[in-house]
Amino acid sequence: MNGWSALDRFLRTDPRDVGCDQAMEMLHVYADLVASGGPAQQRYPGIAAHLHACGPCGEDFEGLLAAIRGGAH
Amino acid sequence: MLVRIAQGEAARRGPRLRITGPELDDLAHQAAADALVAITGKIGQFRGESRFTTWAYKFVIFEVSAKIGRHFWRHPAVPLDAEDWDRLPGWFGADPAHQAEWGDLFAALRRAVDSELTPRQRQVFVAIVLNDVPLDTLVLHLGSSRNAIYQVLFTARRKLRATMVANGYLGEDNAGRS
Repeated sequence: MNGWSALDRFLRTDPRDVGCDQAMEMLHVYADLVASGGPAQQRYPGIAAHLHACGPCGEDFEGLLAAIRGGAH
Repeated sequence: MLVRIAQGEAARRGPRLRITGPELDDLAHQAAADALVAITGKIGQFRGESRFTTWAYKFVIFEVSAKIGRHFWRHPAVPLDAEDWDRLPGWFGADPAHQAEWGDLFAALRRAVDSELTPRQRQVFVAIVLNDVPLDTLVLHLGSSRNAIYQVLFTARRKLRATMVANGYLGEDNAGRS
């Protein structure tokens, strides 16, 4: 990674991004779909865009996914 | 079960935190207890769109996340309102060996931050990018919400990119110069 591409990536915004409130409201549904191999990004592109861009929400998503997968064992 | 999920999440985030041992375990127990309160209070809102356990675990994750944000608010690594622009290239992973190349880029970004952003947008950008303040910690510091701060940063990013593109520092549709 270099400064140019990292800066470019950081400054890019996705108009589909639904924001934190909507993403967190549906996080359990999205995470279940991902965990089951379903088409989460296609079905919820605005949530996918948000989780890609928002560090804290992305972290919560990763945590929930780990909990689901860990809880299944 | 909630305690186990909270401990797992605290341990998952642990390597990146300056919280370890009994303090981290205490955080996990508090998060599990608060999550139970949240789950009990909201159980009527469960609509069966996911497995019940996934819905319930979500509150545990949220509580762990919130408590970690609160921890950093009480023990900030750098003053939340500090302003050290020398940190900017490092935040974006710029190679010091190519300072001549990216020097112009970050100077232009700083000018854009100063000229294009509102005071609130500038405050959020400086805290998160220059000072590496976790967004959730900034939320507490400003008495705001995660969504509100994210939207401020979202607008700031859009404005800065438009300025950088207009001034020829970044490409319209590609990854810019490399």
